[in-house]
Amino acid sequence: MEVVNLTCVECPVGCSINVTVDGGKAIKVEGNGCIRGKLYAENEVVCPKRVVTSTVKTTDGRLLPVKTDIPVRKSAMFEVMGLINAVVVAPPVSVGDVLVDDIFEGAKLVATGNAPTK
Amino acid sequence: MKEFDVLIIGGGPAGLAAAISAYDNGAKSVCIMERDNRLGGILNQCIHNGFGLTRFKESLAGPEYADRFVKQVETRNITVMLDTTVLSLSGEKTVTAISPDRGYFEVKAKAVVLAMGCRERSRGALNIAGARCAGIYSAGTAQKYVNVKGFMPGKRIVILGSGDIGLIMARRMTLEGAKVVAVCEIMPYSSGLRRNIVQCLDDFGIPLYLEHTITKIEGKDRVTGVVVSKVDENRRPIAGTELHFDCDTVLFSVGLIPENELTKNAEIPLAKNTRGAIVYQNRETLCSGVFACGNVLQVHDLVDFVSEESELAGRCAAEYAIKGISAKGGVNVVNGKNVTYVLPQKLDLDLQSNGLIKLYFRVSGAFRNCVIALSCGDKVIVQKQKKIAVPGEMETLVIPKDKLSLIDGDLTLTLEA
Ligand code: SF4
Repeated sequence: MEVVNLTCVECPVGCSINVTVDGGKAIKVEGNGCIRGKLYAENEVVCPKRVVTSTVKTTDGRLLPVKTDIPVRKSAMFEVMGLINAVVVAPPVSVGDVLVDDIFEGAKLVATGNAPTK
Repeated sequence: MKEFDVLIIGGGPAGLAAAISAYDNGAKSVCIMERDNRLGGILNQCIHNGFGLTRFKESLAGPEYADRFVKQVETRNITVMLDTTVLSLSGEKTVTAISPDRGYFEVKAKAVVLAMGCRERSRGALNIAGARCAGIYSAGTAQKYVNVKGFMPGKRIVILGSGDIGLIMARRMTLEGAKVVAVCEIMPYSSGLRRNIVQCLDDFGIPLYLEHTITKIEGKDRVTGVVVSKVDENRRPIAGTELHFDCDTVLFSVGLIPENELTKNAEIPLAKNTRGAIVYQNRETLCSGVFACGNVLQVHDLVDFVSEESELAGRCAAEYAIKGISAKGGVNVVNGKNVTYVLPQKLDLDLQSNGLIKLYFRVSGAFRNCVIALSCGDKVIVQKQKKIAVPGEMETLVIPKDKLSLIDGDLTLTLEA
């Protein structure tokens, strides 16, 4: 059994959380200001995940901001970046459009900006 | 000359929220003037997520947050003038502006809302010795290059200052294939949010050097390296502590300054500590009918609070335009011990018919288990306990309605450790 100290990154409060880990699993979570921190901590000691935000090119040479709709494995972030960088989309695109259905392990790639037709 | 009920200068998060609120509170004609070719301001280049958690209870990317407001502007009868730079503002609320379509023109308004935002403190302000070569950028400029223009400013990066933009850019450049060799912070603590230290530096093993600063930039045509030194408690470099880093790029993330050229030229009084206008609780400046909100008034940590403040300013600007409600006289609110600033700086208690008064302030150091108190002479009006208070996080204190009658003079806000 060991106690791991984490900073929750789910919101700007940044709670300092102590997680008691046993057999690779969180058995106790303390210090979290809300339920999201508990989920974050439980996941963090097993398999840390992050939402990846980046940009993709449009066919007419603009940049469009994008994100994964769910967090992806932190250890695979560079791999995900490589996959995102290979994507090119044709305008028009609006906020919320799904650009790739499964960019990595079930995560969708979603537009976070608009690229209207010129 | 065209005349508007409420004219808003700046189409970033502050201007957008102010415009929507002014319109919804009865202003018949609302106009936003924006110097860029699209609305949204700095949010357009802040492609990372984490915006809107307070307001929308979800984590949005900057452009998504902006889009929610832009859509609301589009569904209302609000005039938007893009590519329009405001050149001057007069106390009579006449604005001169210039744009490619309209040329030089004048517009009159019953009420004006200043929402010009802020700009980055530049390298020159810090007087670092060494070469004036290529490869030196502010973090925000680098952010625009990478996220909007699509090119990388360099491959090996040293960042000076651990403000949020610097931290965000450390992660962004790393994800795009650059190597961030060091982030240096002259203070013993980071001015950025703790979550950003974790998810932008720790996640990628980027070292943060606290109490360190760049003392020399090397290179002839292009940066080739920097010298970094430890500083003493007076923030002066200690001889013999020099570290050397090879790098081709230096980013500065050393603070933001409200952009108040227009305000100054209009002779609207500014506060020394915020570098923004002195305002009443309705965000009216000392020039009646001119309001200010967002980062032009005080540099906020979170855009959610910019929106909140701007809605207040927009509503009060509409009330001024329609009913002539204006703040005057009143009492001063001053920053006392361990507090660097308080906003609003003035309260007109006759004005306060609805709602609570919320004071925004920053503290001067890192404090644990402290007491924050607002007093009027010897009388304590409100006080609250705080577990942790740090300069990087804006604090608030609400004055409940029933305490307002206790106020009979100037107020002082203090923090006791
Ligand atoms: S635990 Fe909750 S309140 Fe604390 S940082 Fe995480 S999300 Fe925010």
